[in-house]
Amino acid sequence: MSDNPTPVVRPEVSSDKPESGTAPAPRQVAPRLSARIRLAVPLGTLAGRMSRALGRGGGRTVAGRVVLRLAPSALEELGARHRVAFVSGTNGKTTTTRYLAAAMRAHEQVVSNDDGANLLSGLVATLMRSARRPTSLAVLEVDEAVLRTAVQLKPEVIVLLNLSRDQLDRTSEIGRIMALWTEALTKSPETVVVANADDPLLVVSVRDARPHDDNVIWVAAGLGWQSDAAVCPRCQSRFTGGRAFRCTNCTFARPTPAWSVNGDQLVGPEIGPFELDLPLPGQANCANAALALAAATHLGADVTAALEQVRTVTHIAGRYLFLHAEGCDVQLLLAKNPASWKEMLAVLGSRETAIVLAVNARGADGKDPSWLWDVPFEVLAGRNIVVTGERAEDLCVRLDYAEVPHTTAPDVVTALRQMGTGRCDIVGNYTAFQEARRLLEPHAR
Amino acid sequence: MLADSVLRIAVLYPELLGTYGDGGNGLVLQRRAEWRGQPAELVHVDAGEPVPAECDLFLLGGGEDNNQSSALTGLTRTPALARAVERGAPVFAVCAGLQLLGESFEVKGGTHVAGLGLLDVVSMRLPRRAVGEVHVEVRAELNLPDLTGFENHGAGSRLGPDAQPLGRALVGIGNGLDDLATEGATQASIVATYLHGPVLARNPALADLLLGRALGRPLEPLDVPSVTALRTRRLTAVRRQKKGHRIGR
Repeated sequence: MSDNPTPVVRPEVSSDKPESGTAPAPRQVAPRLSARIRLAVPLGTLAGRMSRALGRGGGRTVAGRVVLRLAPSALEELGARHRVAFVSGTNGKTTTTRYLAAAMRAHEQVVSNDDGANLLSGLVATLMRSARRPTSLAVLEVDEAVLRTAVQLKPEVIVLLNLSRDQLDRTSEIGRIMALWTEALTKSPETVVVANADDPLLVVSVRDARPHDDNVIWVAAGLGWQSDAAVCPRCQSRFTGGRAFRCTNCTFARPTPAWSVNGDQLVGPEIGPFELDLPLPGQANCANAALALAAATHLGADVTAALEQVRTVTHIAGRYLFLHAEGCDVQLLLAKNPASWKEMLAVLGSRETAIVLAVNARGADGKDPSWLWDVPFEVLAGRNIVVTGERAEDLCVRLDYAEVPHTTAPDVVTALRQMGTGRCDIVGNYTAFQEARRLLEPHAR
Repeated sequence: MLADSVLRIAVLYPELLGTYGDGGNGLVLQRRAEWRGQPAELVHVDAGEPVPAECDLFLLGGGEDNNQSSALTGLTRTPALARAVERGAPVFAVCAGLQLLGESFEVKGGTHVAGLGLLDVVSMRLPRRAVGEVHVEVRAELNLPDLTGFENHGAGSRLGPDAQPLGRALVGIGNGLDDLATEGATQASIVATYLHGPVLARNPALADLLLGRALGRPLEPLDVPSVTALRTRRLTAVRRQKKGHRIGR
């Protein structure tokens, strides 16, 4: 929670919103499910339970896979029984999905893949759970590469957050994701896109599908990481104008946003400006909240009530979780790729905590930790730092060349013991974070 | 270069050719010079800006296909790299950088684009992307210990008679287009490799070879214990791996 409560300006909301054009589509009577899928769903549920009983995880992925195998039309059929909203992007998917689900819960019943199962099987499994409540809203986190197939669910809204490098040894090229997104949006012209106007690569993938911004709500949500869009994606010339980018050669420029976030301030169409005042730290979460609120408003939520709900989100699947362990007051932080590390270092830079940095390079992390050299660890000079994780040696070399003194520890628990007492932030990349969470979550406050 | 003056290291087009952390090579060189009492500065040259010909060392990193083509457009407009090679200033290139310096490289769709022609290599698509840890035995006369790094490239390179391989890939693909498992290339003052990591962070002897050539004098030894620990760990890990993720010619 925020230590210094600032006066919060509540958004002024007139009683006569939502205006025409932003009202949700009228709900339709849900069509009856096919015999095939009525058979597949209980079988999938059973398979999921067995998988969970065998300790193979939450079971949702298995359940969804079984249903997809038995009833290939499952996506379309289940989609027809729900209003659907998607959230996709490189960073912030899980947080924004949680924000949007929370915002809409004040308004209607919501199902969501809050376990982060964001492939087709996870989407199907989530929708299965509410197959008997066909009018509810499904807020779904969708993997970037899956979006193109997932649009069979005919989403009402797709929220697109940002596009940057992630796990280079696997997905190799951003261009491929851009093309997939363009195809997804071309296939679903009715779907309203709520997209970050400040991300040039994202703008290109949306504009290639919607050249006249039809059904697009642009949100100037900011962009911490510029390196992947160094030059104009249209003509390779240089940009000017910073956030409100403009090509120095061709006509490509930041679209005019309907919503804008500046620092902690959000302003929308005839809404605000107001303070977001979120419990979650950092500029990236302000961007996530802005995009979620723009989407929620489009889906018919009242922005004041929606923001109240967004503010109730204090941690997500262990991320941002506060706990007390080994004499330290700890916050658990996840940073998956250069963009989110950069964001996280900005958050750390505004604090005076001791810091544990944990880095692995397993499949889910990306097997090449070269990105450590793209992250400005220099800002941590002067802090009390302990390094751990399977690739601690790589990080130690990086910190030595950054001239940032540090020590090492075999695991996060030992690292905290070395710290002694006081406030400590633990930042890990994906599997290192999961490991820290497993070791420390029992100590949650 | 003159004694007592600042060593100037040009990092070319970091926003285009910095996809895999190769910008770290510049920092490694700068610090290894400074830690020996030799002042050094990094000169970041953005795309579209003139390449300062008077720098002592030139670095090119890896990048995605579009960025590689943009970088080529900029580099063909400047004689700076050709001048650097003429006067013997070291040019160190990684991955896309290696391909840019070559005679030609293949882009998506099968078109072959002329490179800068400073390195006698021709680059073409590999049957599948080469991704993974690499262990390289360096060509004997360079007198360097084995190299460790990570490769991630869709194209490989064939060396012509004027270029020599940097070494031989004991594990990994390397240049990928010949039967000798060659890795990288050297020619005149150019040293080029497919290794990321960044490669100079994992291989301080290679960094010092480049620094020594740029300064025109031998360097005193410099021991950085964390670097030794990292090398040991990576070389042990790569030896445990299967002989190689080699791919067909």
